[in-house]
Amino acid sequence: MQAEAKVTGDAKGPKAATSKTASDFSVEDYRRAYEEMLLIRRFEEKAGQLYGMGLIGGFCHLYIGQEAVVVGAQMAMQERDQVITGYRDHGHMLATGMDPKGVMAELTGRASGYSKGKGGSMHMFSVEKNFLGGHGIVGAQVSLGTGVAFANRYRENGAVALTYFGDGAANQGQVYESFNMAKLWSLPVVYIIENNKYGMGTSINRASSTTNLSQRGRSFDIPGEQVDGMEVEKVHAAVERALEYARSGNGPYILEMLTYRYRGHSMSDPAKYRSREEVNEYRQKHDPIDHVRKILLETHKVSEDEIKEIDKRVRDEVNTAAEFAQSEPEPDPAELWTDVVR
Amino acid sequence: MPTEILMPALSPTMEEGKLAKWLKAVGDDVSAGDVIAEIETDKATMEVEAVDEGKLGKILIEEGTEGVPVNTPIALLLAEGESEADLDAAPKSAPKPEAAPAASAPSPTGSLSADAPKPPAAPRSAPGVAEMPDDQPDEPEVPAGTEMKQMTVREALRDAMAEEMRADGDVFLMGEEVAEYQGAYKVSQGLLEEFGSKRVVDTPITEHGFTGVGVGAAFAGLKPIVEFMTFNFAMQAIDQIINSAAKTHYMSGGFIKCSIVFRGANGAAARVAAQHSQDYAAWYAHVPGHRVIQPYSAMDAKGLLKAAIRDPNPCIVLENEILYGHSFDVPVMDDFVLPIGKAKVEKKGKDVTIVSFGIGMTYAMKAAEELAGMGIDAEVINLRTLRPLDIDTVIKSVKKTNRCVTVEEAFPTCSISSEIGYQLMEKAFDYLDAPVLRVTGKDVPMPYAANLEKLALPNVGEVIDAVKAVTYTA
Ligand SMILES: Cc1ncc(C[n+]2csc(CCOP(=O)(O)OP(=O)(O)O)c2C)c(N)n1
Ligand SMILES: [Mg+2]
Repeated sequence: MQAEAKVTGDAKGPKAATSKTASDFSVEDYRRAYEEMLLIRRFEEKAGQLYGMGLIGGFCHLYIGQEAVVVGAQMAMQERDQVITGYRDHGHMLATGMDPKGVMAELTGRASGYSKGKGGSMHMFSVEKNFLGGHGIVGAQVSLGTGVAFANRYRENGAVALTYFGDGAANQGQVYESFNMAKLWSLPVVYIIENNKYGMGTSINRASSTTNLSQRGRSFDIPGEQVDGMEVEKVHAAVERALEYARSGNGPYILEMLTYRYRGHSMSDPAKYRSREEVNEYRQKHDPIDHVRKILLETHKVSEDEIKEIDKRVRDEVNTAAEFAQSEPEPDPAELWTDVVR
Repeated sequence: MPTEILMPALSPTMEEGKLAKWLKAVGDDVSAGDVIAEIETDKATMEVEAVDEGKLGKILIEEGTEGVPVNTPIALLLAEGESEADLDAAPKSAPKPEAAPAASAPSPTGSLSADAPKPPAAPRSAPGVAEMPDDQPDEPEVPAGTEMKQMTVREALRDAMAEEMRADGDVFLMGEEVAEYQGAYKVSQGLLEEFGSKRVVDTPITEHGFTGVGVGAAFAGLKPIVEFMTFNFAMQAIDQIINSAAKTHYMSGGFIKCSIVFRGANGAAARVAAQHSQDYAAWYAHVPGHRVIQPYSAMDAKGLLKAAIRDPNPCIVLENEILYGHSFDVPVMDDFVLPIGKAKVEKKGKDVTIVSFGIGMTYAMKAAEELAGMGIDAEVINLRTLRPLDIDTVIKSVKKTNRCVTVEEAFPTCSISSEIGYQLMEKAFDYLDAPVLRVTGKDVPMPYAANLEKLALPNVGEVIDAVKAVTYTA
């Protein structure tokens, strides 16, 4: 789990003068990270509960366990930067600042959801927050994110496209077609591979001939590094450096976040392909939220009461979102025919 | 007040399940994330994790109970400070979330007929409607008196593959999660155990690549069965399916053979939205050089998948996730194979011909049943194969009924329905007493919201309305 931030690849890595380290993470940063990660955790637990009640349907992929990745990355981003990801997207949306009420209402298929109830769990977007989805086809977002970076360079707007995908998605052909173009045209894109060790029921060792995914850009001369994705400050430092690299015209950068999903792939996954001990090992020893709570309490001497206050605030926010999502009306039947083309 | 633990929905299509095992006993402490019980769905055994913390106060559904509907209270959880005395205060039944039309688990079959007008109960043979003497559907491949066995479409597909793999060592299965996971929808259950990892091959998530690998292996003489987790993902690979598999025999002047099956779930499941809900029947049927099959029943699935594996051409077998769990009679025969390219008259009738295939048949059959109660005797044709299309069977029926309604879940434009309508105009124009009408999915991407999804799909009421229109009984 403890991966050193080792930069490899032939291209020159981020310059040492500007490089950030995990120790730059302040107490305020930890506080913010704690609250944002906890919001995702509680939101997902609630979503799982509503799914069990039949209020959420279809596929619902929970982000529990991986919270440090999106929160650390988001804290390193500028407002103009964009985010695009696959179907395990609730965490990314909350991290970009999208309203939990609107996300939850989309999950329950209501008119006030982010996609007016038409997209559901896997398909939400926010132009305002530069969140470009929410995509159900494994790997498709990698080319799309590269295209967003193409537009950034075209417009010379200084923005970087953060393109997230999984260890399973990392084997799709279009990923490598995109890598090639991104490097060829020096596109401002940071690829964040969320390596949670499984693509559905297949462990990375059974799906990938080489398992150090950070090195998948080597033949395109794209630098990459592995990052401990369970520790938010390490994620933050790595993403900040990668963003700087991409923003200054060097082209793409790959970050492989070593992380873990606690729940099944989707709600209907019996998860027989891994042992309960393995799951517990991560939950008990590497939990990203426990990690931050411990630092707040022990290193920064933040009081238990203050932590409890945050816990309560988060719980209330999630409950409000859940109530909203259950009481809002379904879309008007006429909505069936709108938004097909404009 | 104690918290009720409800029977959870554990998949997009689950309506009920078996409470297989309690892993916590009354009096045990439960914290969030603890596994409290095991539940069996038709696909898998799932662990149920606690969401709240407390002490297990009472078990309401004993282990071993089958058919427990989703949302039934299964146990009571006591919060800190509560005791057994509080158990009586628990609400008698699950609080129904208000203003939540989506609250009941998505009900695939329920949605079919929900909008249909309920006809007054009437005897099956209404006055004036003569019972057809030959009411038995034709099935020439099944000798009279053959024993029948009920099985699900899922089991029939698995048996078809297993039988062909036993018979021919060149047949192998490849795809995502087909081996160790036993199939994302459990269709390949047990095959890894019987045939080993050489012949049941888990692939990475690389559809374009592994489809090409399959086609190449077929060029080299093997007989691959390529499973797509769903046909939505075959879109990644459609170039290899069309440009490589379907065209090479022709382009090579007949020298290169490509005996390969592409199969998997196709069409809408339940609430999985636009990128995961599309019927590709017309897409594949459009292209010469391969065969396209869309089974409805377990009998179709067994007989046609076996035929497809043996066929020397590429065959696309479009299955349906919702039908996987449906049970039908399948003949108990050593080698039951159905002919590709032959439709089946599922129900004989004289007033109107309803033509459908795959899951569309569920609407067609239900509509025919309700129409019988209204005195309209519908003949229902199950196309089974979409390329080559058995238009002769349709024409034969239309010559008798003079009216035709088609039913499918796909988009209307350039659909299988469009093709049937055209061919009937071309070949049976003089026999038609009314324009051919089609009942299809709506011309929009599949929405996620429960109410919109229901509107987007066809329903039994629409089939009945179309039949009334072509029989001028509306
Ligand atoms: C092209 C395509 N193939 C298959 C699927 C079905 N599927 C959905 S998620 C998934 C696993 C992806 O794993 P990974 O990329 O590691 O992401 P994770 O789920 O672990 O976040 C699969 C096979 C799909 N949605 N799209
Ligand atoms: Mg993964």
